[in-house]
Amino acid sequence: MKALKCRECGREYPLEATHVCEFDFGPLEVAYDYARIKKSLTREAIASRPRSMWRYRELLPVAKEPTVGLQVGFTPLVKADRLAAQLGIRELWIKNDAVNYPTLSFKDRVVSVALSRAKELGFTTVACASTGNLANSVAAQAAAAGLKAYVFIPSDLEQGKIINSLVYGANVIGIKGHYDEVNRLCAEIAGKFGWAFVNVNMRPYYAEGSKSMAYEIIEQLGWRIPQHTIVPMASGSLLTKIQKGYQEFVKLGLVTESKYSIHGAQATGCSPISVAQKAGLDFFKPVKPDTVAKSLAIGTPADGFYALKAMKETNAHADDITDDEIRDAIKLLAETEGIFAETAGGVTVGVAKKLIAAGKIPHDSSAVICVTGNGLKTLDAVTGHVGQPREIKPSLREFEALLSAETVAA
Amino acid sequence: MAKIIRIPTPLRKLTNNEELVEVTAATIGDAIKELQARFPGIEERLLDEKGEVRRFVNVYVNEEDIRFLQNRTTPLKDGDEISIIPAIAGG
Repeated sequence: MKALKCRECGREYPLEATHVCEFDFGPLEVAYDYARIKKSLTREAIASRPRSMWRYRELLPVAKEPTVGLQVGFTPLVKADRLAAQLGIRELWIKNDAVNYPTLSFKDRVVSVALSRAKELGFTTVACASTGNLANSVAAQAAAAGLKAYVFIPSDLEQGKIINSLVYGANVIGIKGHYDEVNRLCAEIAGKFGWAFVNVNMRPYYAEGSKSMAYEIIEQLGWRIPQHTIVPMASGSLLTKIQKGYQEFVKLGLVTESKYSIHGAQATGCSPISVAQKAGLDFFKPVKPDTVAKSLAIGTPADGFYALKAMKETNAHADDITDDEIRDAIKLLAETEGIFAETAGGVTVGVAKKLIAAGKIPHDSSAVICVTGNGLKTLDAVTGHVGQPREIKPSLREFEALLSAETVAA
Repeated sequence: MAKIIRIPTPLRKLTNNEELVEVTAATIGDAIKELQARFPGIEERLLDEKGEVRRFVNVYVNEEDIRFLQNRTTPLKDGDEISIIPAIAGG
């Protein structure tokens, strides 16, 4: 790490817990010394290290060795032939962060970085504003690191996501409002208390953790960049960090440069970035979210401008799908690949299907779909849409009767 | 009664560390002008070259984003609370 740098005007700041440029409020980003990194980060060095996101440690913003979340990342990249056949594409992979450690979402990556850095900076209390997954990961990893945690969530979140924060002993504060309101409150709280707010004053470090997903995709594909990557968009941060990850590996000579597109997926009930992309705009209009995909329900996406720019630079597309299409896509992924994704995963698979059908992702290409969260946390979203068990007495005769009745019906 | 503006941490160097500033302006646009008259330099931090609110600055009147109201022409009444907050990341 060299410094924090404003993405808007380039002003530099020391490597502290600060996230906005004092001049224009632009987001700060970590700047690295790539010439130095190039000397130690080779394919051989990476291959010799533990199978976690920390094998790319030089490109993650901690000063010393990481101390929180050493087992996070290196999730499976699954070759999805059965789903590929359904969607009509030559080669398809699922990057499956639904089984990330320890809390089953890609947020484990960003939190591992944020808390490691927070400890370096001497913080003892960590906090976040969250749509659920982030809260779970902050709660769990803070517990494991012996840090005190405050997590702020919209009070109407899925039960699974609430319990998954409470169980770790975190202070869970439900805010009567949507995520954008939670975010606004947390921005005010963060200015007042001396806490490490992972997605407020720790954001420059936190956000960098997402790049590890891009590094893993390249390495797991045998050191190549996929032609198409489909990413869910809430704030838009993940999409921009996947692009940054691909660019860094090219810059470091770890992978040959090739053409690639990074497409963005949203739910129609909260689609400010997708609507702007389809209209060819480089700015978006904030919306009030109304979708079953609560983890993506950010109406004022902070990285929306940069996500639009990244899609433009990589000749990519965005699209959005309805709540019913989201549920169908969750089922399609589960039935073809045995992967139960949360609603955001449904959004990503469903939008991939739409982009392939429209020819925006060519049939004769290869693509990676990023699944970022686990379906067990959003059971509410699919309850009543996946059928019911058929109940019988423990009797062979009843079972045979059931089978023959169903055979006749079929 | 006046209207109250909450000044965010990054701008308090300009307001002599005042967190709450009272204004009498009738719109958001005028309130920014009033701030500028009292704390020179604050306007260019909030508005871009074209005079629009900077894209990473969010302004709220009583907790509602002014982009859902009437942007800079959003009217203000006595007792209103205005917050100026940097855009922040997802979760």
